Amino acid sequence: MTSLAAFAADLAAGRIRVVDLTQTLSPDFPTIVLPPQFGQCAPFRMEQISRYDADGPGWYWNNITVGEHTGTHFDAPVHWVTGKDLPNNTTDTLPAQNLVAPACVIDCSAEAADNGDYLLTVPVLEAWEAAHGRIPAGAWILFRTDWSKRSGAAYANMRDDGAHTPGPDPHAVRWMVGRGALGFGVETIGTDAGQAHLMDPMYPAHSMMHGAGRYGLQCLCNLDQLPPTGAIVIAPPLKIQGGSGSPLRVLALVPA
Amino acid sequence: MIRHGYEGVVLAAPVTIPYQRHSIHGAAWWIGRALAEALRAAGLRPADIDGFCCSSFSLGADTAVGLTQHFGLSPRWLDHIPMGGACGVVALRRAARAVQAGDADIVACVAGDTSTPDSFRQQLQSFSRFATDATWPYGGGGPNASFALLTDAYMRAYGATREDFGRICVAQRQNALAFPHALMKRPLDLAHYLAARPVADPIALFDCVMPCAGAEAFLVMREETARALSLPAAHLRGAIERHHAFPDDPIQLRGGWAMDRDELYAMAATTPAGIDLLQTYDDYPVIVMMQFEDLGFCAKGEAPAFVRAHDLTAAGSFPHNSSGGQLSVGQAGAAGGYLGLVEAIRQLTGQAIGAVVPGARTALVSGFGMINYDRGLCSAAAILAAP
Amino acid sequence: MTAKLPPPAPANPLAVPRAPLLPPTTRSRAALGLASAAAERRFALQVCAACAAVQYPPREVCLACLGHHLPWRDVPREGRVLATTTIRISADPYFRTRTPWRIGTVRLACGPVVVAHLHGDVAPGASVRMTLRLDKSGQGVMLAMPAEDSANMQDDPQLREMTCDPRGRRVLVTDGRSAAGQAIAAALQAAGAREVFLGVAEPWRPLPGRDRLAGSAVDLDCTDEDSVRRCAASLGGRVEILVNTALHVRPGGISAGTSMATARAEMECAYFGPLRLARHFGPALRARAADGTHPACAWVGLASVYGLAANPAFGGFSAAQAAALSLLQSLRAELRPIRVLRVLTGPVDDEWHQANPPPKVSPAALAAAVVGALRDGLEQVAVGDVAQDFLARFRDNPDTLARELAG
Repeated sequence: MTSLAAFAADLAAGRIRVVDLTQTLSPDFPTIVLPPQFGQCAPFRMEQISRYDADGPGWYWNNITVGEHTGTHFDAPVHWVTGKDLPNNTTDTLPAQNLVAPACVIDCSAEAADNGDYLLTVPVLEAWEAAHGRIPAGAWILFRTDWSKRSGAAYANMRDDGAHTPGPDPHAVRWMVGRGALGFGVETIGTDAGQAHLMDPMYPAHSMMHGAGRYGLQCLCNLDQLPPTGAIVIAPPLKIQGGSGSPLRVLALVPA
Repeated sequence: MIRHGYEGVVLAAPVTIPYQRHSIHGAAWWIGRALAEALRAAGLRPADIDGFCCSSFSLGADTAVGLTQHFGLSPRWLDHIPMGGACGVVALRRAARAVQAGDADIVACVAGDTSTPDSFRQQLQSFSRFATDATWPYGGGGPNASFALLTDAYMRAYGATREDFGRICVAQRQNALAFPHALMKRPLDLAHYLAARPVADPIALFDCVMPCAGAEAFLVMREETARALSLPAAHLRGAIERHHAFPDDPIQLRGGWAMDRDELYAMAATTPAGIDLLQTYDDYPVIVMMQFEDLGFCAKGEAPAFVRAHDLTAAGSFPHNSSGGQLSVGQAGAAGGYLGLVEAIRQLTGQAIGAVVPGARTALVSGFGMINYDRGLCSAAAILAAP
Repeated sequence: MTAKLPPPAPANPLAVPRAPLLPPTTRSRAALGLASAAAERRFALQVCAACAAVQYPPREVCLACLGHHLPWRDVPREGRVLATTTIRISADPYFRTRTPWRIGTVRLACGPVVVAHLHGDVAPGASVRMTLRLDKSGQGVMLAMPAEDSANMQDDPQLREMTCDPRGRRVLVTDGRSAAGQAIAAALQAAGAREVFLGVAEPWRPLPGRDRLAGSAVDLDCTDEDSVRRCAASLGGRVEILVNTALHVRPGGISAGTSMATARAEMECAYFGPLRLARHFGPALRARAADGTHPACAWVGLASVYGLAANPAFGGFSAAQAAALSLLQSLRAELRPIRVLRVLTGPVDDEWHQANPPPKVSPAALAAAVVGALRDGLEQVAVGDVAQDFLARFRDNPDTLARELAG
């Protein structure tokens, strides 16, 4: 029996469980807010084409509008200026082999629960490795904060000086790049912390991860259903020509 | 230049087609019936008339022109008079000159309209451009509201009371009780008049005419033509018309008759005292009072006292609207402008079909029409004499 | 004297509401000048260019000299009542359900005699101030007002058929995030609105001024069909005035200076947003336009004068505002008897007009203009010196204005 056949058997028998890491695409889900002088990401919108009516008596369908970075979405390296000249840096050219990969889940939910400005640091990552082993190259590092259990204003957590949501500090990003991480995934609207514009470099997760050809996943949920290691993440973005990212369905395979 | 008189012009074959509140027939049906009846009364065939004059509000796009083909007529003289309550006298004036000059030998003058449950409203909302723009949108009261305003102004100016107007209506109802074609045949007394449902203050139900379907007709010809046909005929002694008189009056308290009445009486070589029967245009009693004044039967502002001092019934001291007028017979659209004229011909030629005015030898018929905006624009009057 | 109108009584849910009928709509083309004047609180009649005779009813040629150039000019409002009547039976369905209805004949000091609607406080023979009003058909009509103001004169039932007084009515202001929306909400509340709802999009974002909002915030994002549908489902049957205050202003031209995304956002805000509002709120608003003592009565749209003639420095925004004005024009015809009021503004005193020199329109000025225009039942108000100047130039010659704007 090949390993795929065993996989199929495990899947059929329920020995492998599929966990949906995706938020529902809806107009009400917060999108990233840039300062108003910049262009803005389109929120999700849906308009009916027909619903068993004069515009289509036997069928129902909609037109939808989204930005590439709306809802649960994937960031390709080309998204950031640091990754603009890398090979295979767009949604249509990045290697398909990378779209299925193991995941390491760093659980900081306790620390982030009451602290929107919580930062993921190198000591935290090192402590995780001490407990769970070295993070292999080519794995997603998923940052669990349970932020996805919040909604609305608490989720966006915006104040007059911008969003206050957890993220990595620049050292942690450099460390993750050094480990050969495939990408960095978070439950919040951005891979960077809400106040990352104050860091050096600004927006380190975007700047350094994409500059190194790595990916990002945002607005994930159900990370609390994943083991620290051992999960496989399936995260293929839409094959948009020259795309910088896309909304997507993110699934994780975990041992039952 | 001295106006020519109407010597030798006569009116014959007075016809009323009995009115109906509503009709399933078109206006041409009513006009055609009246024409046929006038020809029958005169013993003529359609080809025997060479002039045709018509008035109607409900012919749609048609005029007298279309009716020639509809009725199979080939007249050498044709007219269409869209003058509402003045159309009878004006038609007579036009026809009289035609037969005098020999442009025509016999002119059939006909007015008629049909009526459906919604036709009155439809007619009002597009009655005239000024009405569409500047009166109909102000409460949709139509002529009731327009005459209410004139009545209010008249009452304020001259102290007329509702009782005074009531006397006119009550007397006409008395006359109508004997007239076979009147739609309103229930006796009316002053108490009933005063207690009636208000319509547009100070106008109440019995001040208003009832719109209906009907038609009226008469023939105009030279005296010798009538004699050759052995037709009883009334003579035309004088006639006037005036349009948009006294434009500087801020509100209408008088009509155009006041401008031309001296000429009218001079042509007829008579005076108000010489009139045995008066047929006024009576769509509301206030306009009757103005005609009493402007035609010289009393001074301006004295009509209220005049009606208190006279018995207006057919056999009374001042016979007026002997068939009951539009107030009791009904208003068949443009035929309302013919009603008094046709009745006067009947009275003067001994052909009355209702109340008889004893010794009626000279009658004055007046017309009033077209509340284009805030006032009636057309006024006309004619004096007729018995053969 | 007019009695004070009590607040609306609870509606009887089983009673069939009064239908939103229209008074007579047909007019000659010349008579439409009355509506144009009434729309802006003016009292204007045709005045002969040749002999200065004042005309009424509106004409094609002069009643005094047959001159054919009869421009509309503001004329004195004084008049005297010559006759009055109270119509108790009307042949027109609209008036039939509103009798008794009082009208009168009024002699204007400037000459003509007019048949006019009468305010209840106008006595026979009285001196009056003539006004031109828009009736429920949106047509210009004469209404004689008493010479002196009285306490509750705004509550006269005939006057109320021609006005949209917010007192006692419930109002939805669509953009509770904007300073203008918040100021308008506060002014409507101060004017006695029974309830003010403020639409707030993206409730997860901070709302500046949330702690001092006049009225209650409701979820409403005009760029989202579903949001508008949900809001209409919850509020559609209980607002009488809808005020769309959304303006998305960004500097930038057509060929450069504005991204497609910004251009699209401007069009979303100016056109598609009101389109969604119209589809989801319009029919219910219209259906309730004659219901009860405080029926639904008005749709207010805030728009820039740049919609009349484009300012190239705001090229994308101007194009979107032209669409906004076009939408309001069609909506006005569709929603009758609901009054569609367009509030034309020049540059608002906000962060997007920093480069514009004063005077700029303050949110408070916009709010005062909206309340005043509703009270008088207007269809158009230009707020502030810039908008009024712009409108005067536009009316004088749109082509010249376009060239002035091109610089």
